[in-house]
Amino acid sequence: MPDGGSTGIGVSVKRKEDYRFLVGEGNYTDDINRPNQTHTYMLRSSSAHAKFSIDTSKASKAKGVVKIFVGTDMEVGSIPCGWQVDSKDGTPMREPAHPPIAKDKVRYVGEIIAVIIAESLEDAKNAAELIDVNYNDIPVIIDMQDALDNSKGLVHDEIESNVCYDWELGDSEAVDKAISEAAHITSLDIRNNRLIPNAMETRSAIGDYEHATGQYTLYTTSQNPHVIRLLMGAFVLGLPEHKLRVIAPDVGGGFGSKIFHYAEEAIVTWASNKIRRPVKWTSDRSEAFISDAHGRDHVTSVKLALDKDGKFLALKVDTLANMGAYLSTFASSVPTYLYATLLAGTYTTPAIHCNVKSIFTNTVPVDAYRGAGRPEATYLIERIVDKAAREMGISQVEIRRKNFIPVDAFPYQTPVALQYDSGNYNATLDAALKKADYEGFAARKADSVKRGMLRGIGFSTYLEACGIAPSAVVGSLGARAGLFECAEVRVHPTGSVTVFTGSHSHGQGHETTFAQLVSEKLGISTDMVEISHGDTNNIPFGMGTYGSRSLAVGGEAIVKAMDKVIAKAKKIAAHVMEASADDIELNNGNFEIAGTDKSMSLADISLAAYVPHNYPHEELEPGLDEKAFYDPLNFTYPGGCHICEVEINPNTGEVKVEGMTAVDDVGKVINPMIVEGQIHGGLAQGIGQALLENAAYDSNGQLLSGSYMDYAMPRADNFVDFKVGNEVTLCTHNSLGVKGCGEVGAIGSPPAVINAVVDALSELGVEDISMPATSEKVWNAINQAKNKN
Amino acid sequence: MYELQYSKPSSVNDAVAEIKKSSDSKFLAGGMTLIPTLKARLSSADTLVDLKGANLSKISVSSSEITIGSMTRHCDVASSNDVKGSLPALAKLAGGIGDHMVRSCGTIGGSLANNDPAACYPSAALALDTTIVTNERSISAEDFFVGMFETALNENEIITEVKFQIPEKASYIKFPNPASRYAMVGVFVAKKASGVTVAVTGAGENGVFRCSEIEIALNSNFSTESLENIDISPDSLNSDIHASAAYRANLIKEMAKRALQEMI
Ligand SMILES: Cc1cc2nc3c(=O)[nH]c(=O)nc-3n(C[C@H](O)[C@H](O)[C@H](O)COP(=O)(O)OP(=O)(O)OC[C@H]3O[C@@H](n4cnc5c(N)ncnc54)[C@H](O)[C@@H]3O)c2cc1C
Repeated sequence: MPDGGSTGIGVSVKRKEDYRFLVGEGNYTDDINRPNQTHTYMLRSSSAHAKFSIDTSKASKAKGVVKIFVGTDMEVGSIPCGWQVDSKDGTPMREPAHPPIAKDKVRYVGEIIAVIIAESLEDAKNAAELIDVNYNDIPVIIDMQDALDNSKGLVHDEIESNVCYDWELGDSEAVDKAISEAAHITSLDIRNNRLIPNAMETRSAIGDYEHATGQYTLYTTSQNPHVIRLLMGAFVLGLPEHKLRVIAPDVGGGFGSKIFHYAEEAIVTWASNKIRRPVKWTSDRSEAFISDAHGRDHVTSVKLALDKDGKFLALKVDTLANMGAYLSTFASSVPTYLYATLLAGTYTTPAIHCNVKSIFTNTVPVDAYRGAGRPEATYLIERIVDKAAREMGISQVEIRRKNFIPVDAFPYQTPVALQYDSGNYNATLDAALKKADYEGFAARKADSVKRGMLRGIGFSTYLEACGIAPSAVVGSLGARAGLFECAEVRVHPTGSVTVFTGSHSHGQGHETTFAQLVSEKLGISTDMVEISHGDTNNIPFGMGTYGSRSLAVGGEAIVKAMDKVIAKAKKIAAHVMEASADDIELNNGNFEIAGTDKSMSLADISLAAYVPHNYPHEELEPGLDEKAFYDPLNFTYPGGCHICEVEINPNTGEVKVEGMTAVDDVGKVINPMIVEGQIHGGLAQGIGQALLENAAYDSNGQLLSGSYMDYAMPRADNFVDFKVGNEVTLCTHNSLGVKGCGEVGAIGSPPAVINAVVDALSELGVEDISMPATSEKVWNAINQAKNKN
Repeated sequence: MYELQYSKPSSVNDAVAEIKKSSDSKFLAGGMTLIPTLKARLSSADTLVDLKGANLSKISVSSSEITIGSMTRHCDVASSNDVKGSLPALAKLAGGIGDHMVRSCGTIGGSLANNDPAACYPSAALALDTTIVTNERSISAEDFFVGMFETALNENEIITEVKFQIPEKASYIKFPNPASRYAMVGVFVAKKASGVTVAVTGAGENGVFRCSEIEIALNSNFSTESLENIDISPDSLNSDIHASAAYRANLIKEMAKRALQEMI
């Protein structure tokens, strides 16, 4: 392969997109304004569960109001769920109707009950205050245990239960048998705390209907514009693809929360036709807390059976997963196929069984959030392994090494459906131990003790499955869409390149990483490459960005398209230079006749392709523009070792992160700087989940942590300098050898942090602490342990 | 935000005249509390009367007293050599409020007038025999803080300056709320010729208060050891999703210990 000068694979090319972001010239949805545009305020339910009636007559006459819509005005399809999960008895999941605007019943605080469209946002807000809403409250279901008891009430009357599905994976007989015979059993009850994504840019949408052509355009803050076109067009509004254009311009972070099709998108698109004017809505931050899908929220009880030497024999997992009040786009897949399939982790556990009940409650819908199911799986595995090691008196390092899938066992078939292609878990562990100076821990602990402090170290040797994924596999598991990716590589007449990719970038740096792929393969500088994404009219097709799939799936599609470009370019070069195409070699961007000094550059060839005076017309079409779809053969399996070190003040329970080391295997690294940035961001979110973040509801269904006054977002001073490293094994089923790095930080780190906290407290007899490990929780645990002793 | 008028008078007298024009006008200082509540429509005003032009930003020091104009920003107090020299605990307190933006806009007058139960300044005011001077009168800190978000200020009364008595030694320690970084518990300890005063913010149901248990202990023996065996009652302390009353009681003691360690 040519090296592409200094901008090919493996180079920390500075991010091309950052200049426009740093000088404030990004183009986000809220920066867009359409001629004659109106502004929308969404009136949201203040009750978590109520029958309601609404009177908009006064408000409709208020200054500036163009139109007010309520639920019964908008007779359209239900907001769909993209993944069908069947219960273990074969019945399909319960899928309650999800109207964009609530009609006569509200099911969570934040649900839309009226849409006020006005000349200005202030006018819309003023009018909203004139709307009379009469709530007839119904008992609220917040706790998942309560939800299991039908007599406490139903979130959806028509589905006769609060259980969406009762699903299982694995061999329960084998697991029960192993547990009944095991030398040792470790049990743990775990809550994976509910999180609020908090992307820097709040959601926004503009619907723009052009009467003369019947063409709809939706500008939206989305990670996957084509998926929105599909879900909203086909299921909600009944609009065919050729009449609906979805544009997701610059998007300021998503972490999953911008995958889903939200009611507001359908509302502004639909309303722009009704009122024949563009309709704009932008969420404010308070609104985001109660209208963006939340993440995590599992309650799990787990049992690990071990033999007398600490070898894992079986893992039994029982989970309640909160869905919130309605099924969001990917909600049903998160606690099933993205969760239970991960339960082998990095270990050879021969028998695994997982039962999941997903539950409706009167809370904001819950869906994928950075890691989506895999952090929940990793957390319980790494916590139970930690606890088992303590109970059996085996070191944390040894128990892991004893149970790792050995290097020579790949491809490795787990008992929970997945087949891992590659990995070397001892290598990442060894490198992490060194980086974290594990040898020096005892001395650091002694120093803490001298100062009256507690110190602990915690491990997480995690694995995740990403790069989602083979369409046939996800289809067999209930996905209602394919999960391939599409790319078009257009070589322009003078040799510069535009890549059209279905992988949307909302902060990941695709414009740089993808350009490096082109630089590497075609031998031109990244300055000559533009990456285009986010507009369904420009991009042939796309499934979007989530599940760390952009490079492993989207990047590979770009490579496939480039292979076609190269093949055609060789034929053109052969014709022009009067050689055989088989003799043309691509070296450093030059198409050379092997063994001669004759060659053509890419620019020479593209010019010949677009000015085809001397051209093999019988054999080739003019132009140099190729498209490829790529559907991978398997998921990719990044893994690694995270080590956290904490110091705890026993008088206050304050936990200070003193060390955070992450050695990951994300496969081939294209841009080390960008990968490191992704790891840092993931670690920040993981530590945030472990120590700070928590979405808390009161028993009436009011969100108590509904602003930054109460929702503890981590800040730089909550962290230390992260020590980050790579130990690469290549993915065996894509040509780049890449796996994915977007989520590993958030997946691997929370149990490392909690294991460190528990380690520090273990000498007092503390065995567990729930996330987030706030100072009060830690202080309470210390006091309770003291009182016991 | 509801539509409103804005005016920027150039003296205290003009400001008072301006605010009297309507029953629903409000003084604007740094806007760090007021503007967000207006934006969220939790509050409204006909007119915002901005005090920035009223010449109320100044710091002066005598041998016994620091006088700070009400419109003096937190960053100015934090960086003032006069304050750092004669009452470093106050400079540290101001430097620990919010973030850069909050410190570059927020003012001491706005903070005291607002009397947020988790704000920092009220603890210093209460611990340092402070006089809050207004356009109408002088009010002792003890009388000034009435309850949560409540002060003795009359309608249309402007805080003009704040006079802190300089103690022998003082220290302020804040245990920040992990989300807001306001004080979950803040303890201001002042050692004066007349004795030790300890004011606690962030913890009380009625806002800032003096902690007599700690004062008694420290007046008899000014040492961290004398705090070891005292018990702070959780009665009338706040409980919320961040901390129970019992935990806050513990933090009061622990923050007082830290303050003492700084002073001894
Ligand atoms: C993100 C953030 C973090 C913060 N963290 C902290 C913290 O850690 N500790 C802390 O103590 N505070 C904190 N604050 C509050 C900050 O200190 C503000 O300065 C304070 O709340 C109000 O001061 P202001 O000058 O902005 O007043 P404004 O918001 O302008 O006014 C507040 C109220 O006081 C009235 N008022 C203002 N000046 C006068 C006056 N001279 N006379 C009479 N009435 C007046 C106004 O009418 C208004 O009702 C924080 C604020 C923010 C936004």
